[in-house]
Amino acid sequence: MRERQAQTERLSAREFEAFVAGAGGRLLHAATLLTAEPPGSAPAAERLLVRALARTRADWYRMRGEDPYERTRQELAAHFARTGLRHRRSRGGLLGALTPAERLVLVLRLYEGVAEEQVAAGLGLPVERIRTLHTRALATVLSRPPDQGAAHEPA
Amino acid sequence: MSLPDRKEAEVRRLLEQRTAESVPPDLAERARTEGERLLGRRRALRTALWAGALVGLAALLVWALALGPWTATPPTTTSPTAGW
Repeated sequence: MRERQAQTERLSAREFEAFVAGAGGRLLHAATLLTAEPPGSAPAAERLLVRALARTRADWYRMRGEDPYERTRQELAAHFARTGLRHRRSRGGLLGALTPAERLVLVLRLYEGVAEEQVAAGLGLPVERIRTLHTRALATVLSRPPDQGAAHEPA
Repeated sequence: MSLPDRKEAEVRRLLEQRTAESVPPDLAERARTEGERLLGRRRALRTALWAGALVGLAALLVWALALGPWTATPPTTTSPTAGW
């Protein structure tokens, strides 16, 4: 019984590592967009991601066929929605000119391809609000070509 | 393609651009350690809640057995009527 449990644990640890190896890059990029840090040196994004991954890891046995990527993305979005104000200041990333809420909507809608209604439900906001944030975010990003972060480009 | 669609496609392209962004090699390890800490905290909380419930139950049992609140006779509440 105990041996069996240990075996299951080893197996799930390997699965988890494989999952992180596969999805880590994409998730880290999403987190880096959210925290508006320059790609390559994003300690806040890393912390955000480690936290979301830790929750996924803790619930690994209880997920029952749920997609771990989706789960981690949800954790990431939910935690950023709660603590987004900490990342209000731009650190030179692509989305630095946006507010945290606009960044979150833009990343979920366009980078992750989540449907409008689903974003609204996940964040507990009306769909119209999501649409407004999305439109404003698009306009801001397109009006400021991404040369803002040029000074912070990784060496 | 309508205008909003074109804008979306343009921004999506910007978002998808991934420059040399290296995933730290210890990412899974850090997540695993923190996940285990999280599980430990949850377990501790569950244990504490159960312990609290059991202590409460034991206290109730001891009190009930010691005082036997069901054995006392009901007090008389109305005074005898006189002078009617």
